[in-house]
Amino acid sequence: MFEEIGTTSNGDLQINVGPQHPATHGVLHLVLTLNGETIKKVEPHLGYIHRSIEKMCESLTYRQFIYVTSRMDYLSAHMNNHACALCVEKGMQIEVPERAQVIRVIMDELTRIASHELWWGAMAMDIGAFTPFFHSFREREKINEIMEETCGARLTMNYYVPGGLMADLHPDFQKKVKEFIIQFKQRIDEYDQLVTGNIIFQNRMKGVGILSKEDAVSYGCTGPTARGSGLSSDIRKLYPYAVYGKVEFEEILETGCDSFARYMVRIREMKQSIRIIEQLIDQIPEGDFQAKTKAVLKLPKGEFYTRVETARGELGVYIVSEGATTPYRIKFRSPGFSNLSALDSMARGSKLGDLVAMMGTLDLVIPDIDR
Amino acid sequence: MGNEDLKILITELLPAATYDESGEWLNIVVEPASWPAFAAQLRNHESLQFDYLFCLTCIDWKTNLSMVYHLSSTRYRHNIVVKSTLSADQPQINTVYDIWKTAELLEREVYEMFGVNFLNHPDLRLLILPDGWEGKNPMRKNYEDPINMIKL
Amino acid sequence: MWSLTDITGRLDQWLNQTFSSTWVLVIEMLIAGVAVIGLFAALGLVLVLMERRVAAWIQIRLGPNRVGPFGLLQSLADTLKLLVKEGMTPSGADKFLFNFAPYIAMMVAMLLMAPIAFAKNFQLWDLNIGVLYISAISSIMVISILMAGWASNNKYSLMGAMRSGAQIVSYELSAGLSVLTIVVFSGSLNVTDIINSQADGWWIFKGHLPAWISFVIFIIAVTAETNRAPFDLAEAESELTAGFHTEYSGMKFALFFLAEYINVFIVCALGAILFLGGWMPFHIGHWEAFNHVMDYVPSSIWFFGKTFFLIFLIMWFRWTFPRLRIDQLLNLEWKYLLPISMFNILLATAIAILGWHF
Repeated sequence: MFEEIGTTSNGDLQINVGPQHPATHGVLHLVLTLNGETIKKVEPHLGYIHRSIEKMCESLTYRQFIYVTSRMDYLSAHMNNHACALCVEKGMQIEVPERAQVIRVIMDELTRIASHELWWGAMAMDIGAFTPFFHSFREREKINEIMEETCGARLTMNYYVPGGLMADLHPDFQKKVKEFIIQFKQRIDEYDQLVTGNIIFQNRMKGVGILSKEDAVSYGCTGPTARGSGLSSDIRKLYPYAVYGKVEFEEILETGCDSFARYMVRIREMKQSIRIIEQLIDQIPEGDFQAKTKAVLKLPKGEFYTRVETARGELGVYIVSEGATTPYRIKFRSPGFSNLSALDSMARGSKLGDLVAMMGTLDLVIPDIDR
Repeated sequence: MGNEDLKILITELLPAATYDESGEWLNIVVEPASWPAFAAQLRNHESLQFDYLFCLTCIDWKTNLSMVYHLSSTRYRHNIVVKSTLSADQPQINTVYDIWKTAELLEREVYEMFGVNFLNHPDLRLLILPDGWEGKNPMRKNYEDPINMIKL
Repeated sequence: MWSLTDITGRLDQWLNQTFSSTWVLVIEMLIAGVAVIGLFAALGLVLVLMERRVAAWIQIRLGPNRVGPFGLLQSLADTLKLLVKEGMTPSGADKFLFNFAPYIAMMVAMLLMAPIAFAKNFQLWDLNIGVLYISAISSIMVISILMAGWASNNKYSLMGAMRSGAQIVSYELSAGLSVLTIVVFSGSLNVTDIINSQADGWWIFKGHLPAWISFVIFIIAVTAETNRAPFDLAEAESELTAGFHTEYSGMKFALFFLAEYINVFIVCALGAILFLGGWMPFHIGHWEAFNHVMDYVPSSIWFFGKTFFLIFLIMWFRWTFPRLRIDQLLNLEWKYLLPISMFNILLATAIAILGWHF
């Protein structure tokens, strides 16, 4: 998987990592400049999964474009859809019923747990422990089953519409989620025993990939990447949307600035997500699941920006509308794009073996970066 | 700081700026030539400290291009939008890479999609598009591709 | 019951009656060779399947269970697949070394079978320096790895091979010192003597503290020697670099692969012989009645049971622990394991002289 693509003028070696990876990183192509074992420069080459979503959305109506975005960061599919639905609702001043808002938050948090589970399994596999992958997929399987019953799909769920949800919940939803909560709480402690407390694992993660707080701000990092460096950036707390203002949860901040800190942020976030779900699952209000909206949506002339907290960080949807049925310009501010730009500064001076740990803790999903 | 206070403070820093207060955040329109100095002030001023550039994009208005910068402050938590109008045939503006490092990749993306030349950028080349797409600027409204673009 | 001594004795007699003595020598060597190759192959098949089932069990899933009852014919199917694969030699590779390296690996593995005592009176060659022979011959393995890495004409195979070479050479020291502890206790390098000295209890019980320390160090060191996880940088580092056997395909790859599993078997057999008594049943001191009951279980069952228990332990490590980085791995050896082993040897010698072991 490694091939030499040249030697620079001062004798450094240039090699490729990717674009095909054994672990689930997606098609990320990095060109490393090495001096022996030490990394001198990391340059990402993107575009292997560029689908020109932004240009495509200029010819899709406001009801249609939401579903293309599930494919952007497919591990937080619900959250991407939420951002788009919120932007349209903001523009058209649609009031989303309480029931739909609560269900949206529950779905978002379940998706966040599923995304972090996959991250955890794939990361442990990269570091060399093969077993956590199976444990994490066991949990993800439960979530996917719940999603499949209600939304109809396991990965790209396409459940939100501007104004609410596409369909009501499956009758078994609450029961299954409650079972899942009980199971999950036992298992998350197992994970700590299996991987977090392992001294080999800690030695490979502590002190690796330092990203200072100033760098995190300057590179525009968001999400757990930034919170691992002590930068408070949780959109659910800063600019609450849906019912996040009404539930109790903590924003996890760690000051370690290294890979282990980012790892702990995600593990603790999973526990906070389960806490949010617990608070909401019994309190789903009765009512409509969808607000009454016109059949054809036309956003008034102007610009609208909404942001949500996906599993990777802040996803921003910026719509410029000229009053037509399709947007004039959409820009998706993707969290992975900015987090990736921090990889170069993190990796300089480290050893080759540490690159895997760093890429793992950045939690990159490449379709999110390439759009 | 609310939009009103921001407007007052910024008028002091850059009297030539024009404003657009129709959205939820203050939109400032600046000339491309005065952008680099103004950006540094936005970043470093005591009460502003806009140290977080969270969105950098470009809009093609057919007769001109408009650069849009969304800025935020991690200290004061206020947001602001800065816009700058560029000419459609020779769009160029100074880079803000030295102020906000995230601009490096974001500006490369705008360069390849819209053709905006960023002066003093350390490494301006294609990012997402493969080799051979220099100059094609696919996100422009006048981009034609008879094979792949289906017009209904 | 037909004891193995009986069978071999009668066969030897019959051969001597029928053929001249040189012919007898040749035929006996042939029989031994075929038996070793047969054991080699059978062990390879069993170990590969065992690895997959153990891995599956640890990972809460089923392993191979389609090919044959309980997946028992899976390894056979895999061998057939490897046999019919195209064996490519990269251009620019040093042809002779490239083709020769897997054979060295296999030869080392087969040579190491000689002093291992599989059951009472069932050893190919009971030489007086058995344990030293095993240590010495297993060092030759490094040559085959370096040869494979160099001859592949691939920078990354070379890097992987160099790392693997450094790792094996370093951990040989600790493994050798742990082995030496038991040699000090039992007073002989001869495998049969060591096993016989455990007739009143295995060394892991009799030689208390030094034996426990050296057992732990031995297990860690042999996991590193055989390139198994958590020390498997050289082969599973395929996220970043390809291992020394990338350029190999088909039968040559199968030989490397098999040689690795046989090496695991041999080092576990060595561990069983030194620390757990080899084929000696579980005796407690001079409790004659108990020992007599234990003797009813055939000695080969004892030997294989102990060896497979240690193999299971090594496989368990692989699927539980993450990987160490190369500098952490070498740190572990030179800064921790080696000083502890040296101290342990002194301790063992002192205890042996003062007679403070059981």
